[in-house]
Amino acid sequence: MNDETILSLHNVKAGYGMSTILTDISLEIKKGEILTLAGCNGSGKSTLLKASSRQIPLKSGEILLKGKMLSSYPQKELAKTISFLTQMPITPAISVENLTLHGRFPYLGFSRKITKEDKEKVEQAMEMAGVVSFRKRDLRQLSGGERQKAFLSMVIAQDTDVLFLDEPTTYLDIGKQFEILDLVKKINSEGKTIVMVLHDLAHVLSYSNRIALMEKGKILALDSPERIYENGLLDTLFGVQGHFAEREKVYYFTSFCKK
Amino acid sequence: MKTQSKMLILSFIIILLFVLTLCFSLFTGNTMFSPLKLWNDFIQGQSNTTEYRIFMYSRLPRTMAAIAAGAALAVSGTLIQAVLNNALASPNIIGVSSGAGFFALLSASFFPMYPGLVPISAFWGALLTSMLIYLIAVKTGASRITLILSGVAISGILSAGIDLITILYPDDVIGATGFMVGSFSGITFSSLFPAVFLIGIGILFAFVFSYDLNILALGESTAASLGLRVSSLRLLVITVSALLSGAAVSFAGLLGFIGLIVPHICRALVGHDYRKLIFYAAAIGAIFAMLCDSLGKLLFAPFEVPVGIVLSFLGSPFFLFLLFAKKRGRIYE
Repeated sequence: MNDETILSLHNVKAGYGMSTILTDISLEIKKGEILTLAGCNGSGKSTLLKASSRQIPLKSGEILLKGKMLSSYPQKELAKTISFLTQMPITPAISVENLTLHGRFPYLGFSRKITKEDKEKVEQAMEMAGVVSFRKRDLRQLSGGERQKAFLSMVIAQDTDVLFLDEPTTYLDIGKQFEILDLVKKINSEGKTIVMVLHDLAHVLSYSNRIALMEKGKILALDSPERIYENGLLDTLFGVQGHFAEREKVYYFTSFCKK
Repeated sequence: MKTQSKMLILSFIIILLFVLTLCFSLFTGNTMFSPLKLWNDFIQGQSNTTEYRIFMYSRLPRTMAAIAAGAALAVSGTLIQAVLNNALASPNIIGVSSGAGFFALLSASFFPMYPGLVPISAFWGALLTSMLIYLIAVKTGASRITLILSGVAISGILSAGIDLITILYPDDVIGATGFMVGSFSGITFSSLFPAVFLIGIGILFAFVFSYDLNILALGESTAASLGLRVSSLRLLVITVSALLSGAAVSFAGLLGFIGLIVPHICRALVGHDYRKLIFYAAAIGAIFAMLCDSLGKLLFAPFEVPVGIVLSFLGSPFFLFLLFAKKRGRIYE
């Protein structure tokens, strides 16, 4: 992670139809960081992800991606810079390999011909995501964890600088949650910027470089996990206290209980 | 067995079935004749024989119509199901056929002296209905559920319009009954060629954008994040779908079920890759239409049953089978 800003939001207002969810968001996302959005249900976390990745239009304000207005990016150019993994992606009846191949769509020409480079990127992505052993299997026959890995494999193949992940561990058992988050860490170690929404506070504190705590469409606090925890902000927002455990000389938050 | 070998065998079977149904369609009917005799007449330049005339002016245009309409409606259904991401969508369900029928009846009622206007009106009805459905959907957020509900609502209004015209102008719409059922009877080359040209263009477009349909199958959000211009593709695909179904309806009438069941058959055979689906839908749609038309000619000979009725008799039970087949349930969710 460095101090270079890759994405900056200025006084962003966004929502759906007539309703405004994000009221006045200003935020700088650093290149190579893992920024996690946390907060209560309905606080605007997913809306912020969608607005930042141009999935929904802004009502006011502006977003700059690498210093250029986000709205000025052609669709395919944007898809080469930002990828977005939705919370509940539709699962078509295709193989893991074909799904990963779809990640190369922004790079295909008019004839949609797959190049040698595309094939190499797909192999690398599947290797990194750990899906090679079930590459030929239909997505609908996979477990939740395998399926999420397959979608992450697609996003890795997309090879973007910024990845937006909306609750990537939803509906997974605890073991699979760690597998997915370790994979996210691995992607981040390749220099990719990750912005994700998580609900599990132990994961939020353990896997983030910075945390944006959200409440009622605004950012309540933006800081490192340690400072967020030490300042008692989680207690303020959720009314909980954390417990720790050590793994490979690193302290991880394991669970929370009502204070 | 490798997927490639399976596809080769399947392609061979499809080609074989196509040739068999083509022969069945061309050489069977109230008058049976041998292809060999016809060939001999042809090379000897005897164009005045009864067989030769029946073949050139009845069987050939009729078979061509079955191929064109079957392929067009099947590809149209495949496109609509792709763009709405809904396996139960078809030109009938989203109102395209009702639009064609309503406009055809309007034309038959208000301009009975111009029967040639009926197919043209049907074509414009299909196109305008599709565009209307799409515009409504865009204004409300263009989600796939909005699109299909818009289609159901419009279809309801147009069906009520069809019933109203039938009640108010019973004498004028008697001639339109065959059109409403769907039939290839009495089709001539001159009425067929403009529509066949449009169908050719439509299927070509469908092939060109088939890979993009695979991306669209991942859902709006994922497709957009992969760089697909979702709204533009939807607009284009809906237009092409309306072009195909409108062109088919313009000479064949309101044929149902091909647009619904053929895409399902193809998905069961070749999977969900639209690059293969479009090709197989066109081929199997043509085979299905030729087969049903031939059965309609033979089942109650010397009386002829319009192909639309045979299609409904075969299509409805098959559709019920699809709905309740447990093994395939996941495909049709």
